Amino acid sequence: MLRIAKLPIAVFALFIIIFPWIVRQIPAIGNYTDIMVFVGIYCLITIGLSLLMGYAGQISIGHAAFFGIGAYISGVLTAKYGMNAWACMVIGMTVAAVVAALVGAPSLKLKGHYLAMATLAFGIIVFIIFNEEIEWTGGPDGMSGIPGLSLFGFKFNSVERYYYLVWGFVLAAFIFTVNVIQSGTGRALRAIHASEPAASAMGVNVPRFKILVFVYSAVLASLAGSFYAHYLNFINPSTFDLFFSIKLLIMIALGGMHSIWGAIMGTGLITFLSYEWLRYFEEFEIIVYGVILLFVTVLLPDGLAGVPGIVKGWFRRKVSDER
Amino acid sequence: MEKITLASQLLQYLITGLTVGSVYAMVAVGFNIIYNVTEIINFAQGEFVMLGGLIMVSLHVAMGLPLILAFPGTIVLVTVIGILIDRLAIRHIRRPTVFTLIIATIAVSIIIKGMASFIWGKDPFDLPAFSGRNPINILGAVIQPQYFWAIGFLVITVIALSIFFDRTIIGKAMSACADNSNAASLVGINVKQMVLLSFALSAAIGAVAGITITPISLMEYDRGAMLAVKGFGAAILGGLGSFPGAILGGLIIGSIESFGAGLIHSGYKDAFALIVLLVILFFKPSGLLGSIEISRIKRF
Repeated sequence: MLRIAKLPIAVFALFIIIFPWIVRQIPAIGNYTDIMVFVGIYCLITIGLSLLMGYAGQISIGHAAFFGIGAYISGVLTAKYGMNAWACMVIGMTVAAVVAALVGAPSLKLKGHYLAMATLAFGIIVFIIFNEEIEWTGGPDGMSGIPGLSLFGFKFNSVERYYYLVWGFVLAAFIFTVNVIQSGTGRALRAIHASEPAASAMGVNVPRFKILVFVYSAVLASLAGSFYAHYLNFINPSTFDLFFSIKLLIMIALGGMHSIWGAIMGTGLITFLSYEWLRYFEEFEIIVYGVILLFVTVLLPDGLAGVPGIVKGWFRRKVSDER
Repeated sequence: MEKITLASQLLQYLITGLTVGSVYAMVAVGFNIIYNVTEIINFAQGEFVMLGGLIMVSLHVAMGLPLILAFPGTIVLVTVIGILIDRLAIRHIRRPTVFTLIIATIAVSIIIKGMASFIWGKDPFDLPAFSGRNPINILGAVIQPQYFWAIGFLVITVIALSIFFDRTIIGKAMSACADNSNAASLVGINVKQMVLLSFALSAAIGAVAGITITPISLMEYDRGAMLAVKGFGAAILGGLGSFPGAILGGLIIGSIESFGAGLIHSGYKDAFALIVLLVILFFKPSGLLGSIEISRIKRF
């Protein structure tokens, strides 16, 4: 957990680079590049959330709100006021950071998981605002006409171009987060997760670190929201509801709370489930998610990332039994 | 037609608020029962209310059972579901921490919600009011007879619970688990059974809340989460773990919501309760009647 090897990151980056090429060879999975764009967008959120949940031990059930803040700030400012898309992204991230600090500072000072409830309430309030401020957001019908992204005249107007753009940011966020985990900050976070009193006795400023991580995860979620808005050119409030926050939770729990790799795996699996494999289940979809989440929390506390360890332990026991 | 004055309108808001508030209070009491015994915040609490309403619709409207049978029948069914949640999910968690328990109850709540949408569909259902829908006119405010039932059930629930916790051995054993579960098991109390009982009790109270609110505001499969958050707001406002606090909190939250929707902006009706929850969490997390000493001992 402490050391994250460089080789897997390189292999993963290579896989991401050649993935669209593979998809082009197999017509049956022709839409997978498109789905991978969404996986990338959601990975931006879950990488930050995994740092918050797995490493700082805090639950947020309101990250859909930060995702929405990014999407709506980008959407409204570019579509209605014609502002520069990249500037709007930065504005969105700044707003998300300020809001996260305001919501997080009081609740993170409290013991235990008051943050879970505070973020839950906050998420629903923001969702209601998206629905009610029709003049700005278009209300429940959503808003369209959000322009695509371009940089120095280069337009990210095809699925593959957007794919590389998003995954470039994902890799950057990933590497940055891995560096954070391996730095003193990461050690402080793990200490907080293990025992807050012990951490603060060792001189770790517990509230400050928790707020920092919360703000960082909110900023990443906002960035993801901006990418989402510019990719679909259309947003409506139902994308940013409570269930989306829970879905993010499922992604992280499935992959494994204590592993950034787990977060990426979980995000990929759940996104493919909801965009492709479970599309025909409709009514059952939510039950499937519930069962996955319950199964993982009850039986696999470390998620999929913990499976190799369990198998190894089981194998070892078997071998020692035979002796 | 009587003239609608501001005073009668305010009275109307207050009465509506107290009615809805008594349902929030019952949800908050349900939170407190489980919290007191296990320190779990049961995110599926609102689903009990939803199930209470919809099962009652099935038994009373669809199957035609008389009220006197359908009412206890519904409570029994929801209680069984509460027991199953503990037996099938909560008890088996490998590493029960506050963190995993929260996530497990969230999982349970979305499973119940999904099943409900499968069984009852996505349309809201109505239930005939217990004693008709002829409104009573008091000082210009219109009062549905069902309002009295809602407030009445809250009073009955509270009286029954205080007798249970203060006068019976089982109730006292549950309170002992709340104070210190290790000490409780040392004096021979079966803590696991008390946990089971707490889930059963709080499911039953949730069912009562659901049955009473359905004739007033209908019921559909996805109401649970919002009811849970507002009920939690009520519990926090009153002081988590305190029963008088839950009632006070519920009635205040219901009233704030009703006045807020009537006087400020009806679209933000659901937001008022949540804003109160945030404000309380930020400025006085121990709540109005909660004690800071007790909240220090608790993990959550």
